[in-house]
Amino acid sequence: MSKSFLYKINTLLKIQYSNMLEYRVEIALWAISGIIPFFMLNIWTNNGLNESINLSKIMLSRYFISAFFVRQFSVVWVVFTFEEDALLGKLSPYLIQPLHPFFRYFAQHIAEQLTRLPFALLIALIFFILNPESFWIPAVKTTIFAGLATFLSFLIQFLMQSVIATFCFWTEKASSIEKLLFIPTLFLSGLLAPVSSFPEFVKSWVYFTPFPYLINFPANLLSGNDPNIISGICMQLIWVIIFFCIFAKTWKSGTKKFTAMGL
Amino acid sequence: MDKIIDVNNLSKSFEVSSKEPGIKGTIKHFFKRKIKKINVINDINFEIREGEIVGFLGANGAGKTTILKILCGLLYPSKGYISVSGYRPFERKQDFLKNITLIMGQKQQLIWDLPPMDSFYLNAAIYGIEKNKAQKRIDELSEMLEIKEELYLPVRKLSLGQRMKAELLAALIHKPKILFLDEPTLGLDINAQTNLRRFLKVYNKETGATILLTSHYMKDITYLCKRVICIHNGYIQYDGKLNRLLTQLTPNKDLSIICKTIKDVRSLSKLGYKVKNKTSNEITLTINKNEITKVLKEIVNKFDIEDIHINEPPIDETVGKILINKI
Repeated sequence: MSKSFLYKINTLLKIQYSNMLEYRVEIALWAISGIIPFFMLNIWTNNGLNESINLSKIMLSRYFISAFFVRQFSVVWVVFTFEEDALLGKLSPYLIQPLHPFFRYFAQHIAEQLTRLPFALLIALIFFILNPESFWIPAVKTTIFAGLATFLSFLIQFLMQSVIATFCFWTEKASSIEKLLFIPTLFLSGLLAPVSSFPEFVKSWVYFTPFPYLINFPANLLSGNDPNIISGICMQLIWVIIFFCIFAKTWKSGTKKFTAMGL
Repeated sequence: MDKIIDVNNLSKSFEVSSKEPGIKGTIKHFFKRKIKKINVINDINFEIREGEIVGFLGANGAGKTTILKILCGLLYPSKGYISVSGYRPFERKQDFLKNITLIMGQKQQLIWDLPPMDSFYLNAAIYGIEKNKAQKRIDELSEMLEIKEELYLPVRKLSLGQRMKAELLAALIHKPKILFLDEPTLGLDINAQTNLRRFLKVYNKETGATILLTSHYMKDITYLCKRVICIHNGYIQYDGKLNRLLTQLTPNKDLSIICKTIKDVRSLSKLGYKVKNKTSNEITLTINKNEITKVLKEIVNKFDIEDIHINEPPIDETVGKILINKI
């Protein structure tokens, strides 16, 4: 990676972080809105469902707090921003600058995650005060791998949405296509329940899709449920490469269709 | 001067879906879309030399902005050959992008909630300009544009004129060789328009940058451009000097004569020239520009004149004829 490219990315991150700090209340609300895993934890433990998957209450609550963390640092909204920029003409100046426009969106997401960090830690602190028995400190190696897996999960989702975002070049409402992904992401990613609790039939194919690697794999890793780290990370890398290749193709053909609307 | 832009047989068409009004039309549109092909640019050719300021004239929808969009690499041409500074614009090579800039009136690239300085530093980084060099460049341009303290206020707090200056600064930070300006003075007040025009003229003189401009404010064109390209329905109707176009369009001048007696007014109206207006002591004659000296001599010698004025037809009115396709 060249020095000049790093200088571009570094400045972009700093500026986007300053921009995100202007919206700190909004980001706090976003962080709070990501507490679905806690509701799910409540449903599971109050109904004793954890016993059916041979997971103790403590391990299950660790899974869901980990799922909360993974979700906080892998939320993606690039399709919505890109769609707005493409329709309102904001994309045009980005297209004629010597930096791929998606680096802007990428930096926006990273900056947002950094802004979100203190709020996420605060929510976790409250969670552990209310559930002191679930508190644990993961090993350094586990934390590093879980961090990597969470970043790769973010990358998969970012690229997946970026592919859909490029459909804006053909249709004005690409974000509607993204809604098709919402249901499988919600149910198959492990946000509502660990994938190990799924019926055998679902488990037989779900690991061939990208969804379990979005929440289930990094959350299991962080909570100490010991998934297969190497195969999990390899699968994540494969999905990153697949979506990157699709993105490169749709971007190349899409920009030829660009009509520079709103300009 | 070397050729910097070369356009040969350029065409661009878009496909758009059309819909009949009403619920019936909506249902039909839902099941079967009627796709229409619109030819926006039709086989045009032109060249632009380094350092020129060229104005694109034409009515709304004539194709001016589409040409600028193609030249800066935003749109992919349907047909034809284009070379801008030796590059094919649509390939959007880094070196090409470092040579150009596009400024759109009312559209902004500055980050809304941050001071313009942050956007400048970001642009500087994107164009690979070191921070100290960027600061020097910002100082130079802010002095030329007469904008200083405002650069530290959030963009949303700036007036339209201040924002436009900041937009210009952001767009020029990398010293582009070619400026594409699409309605740069749109919405600005008279003073801000004048300042912007002056700035562009000085910028062109000092840097030798080539400027391509579209504007519906004729003062932008007459102040900045020696050469104009008139577009109508995607075709070039005129490409040449603005003065020559104006002479072609308005071969006459108006001669307003204030006489001492009504008798003189009557006699003047019988000289055989076209009478535009007549009152009790004033008459306006329309005279061919080539005959003006001769006619003046004749009038001064024959009549007792109190005052005399020679008026050019308003340039806005003249160029307006181009916009409504009267050439």
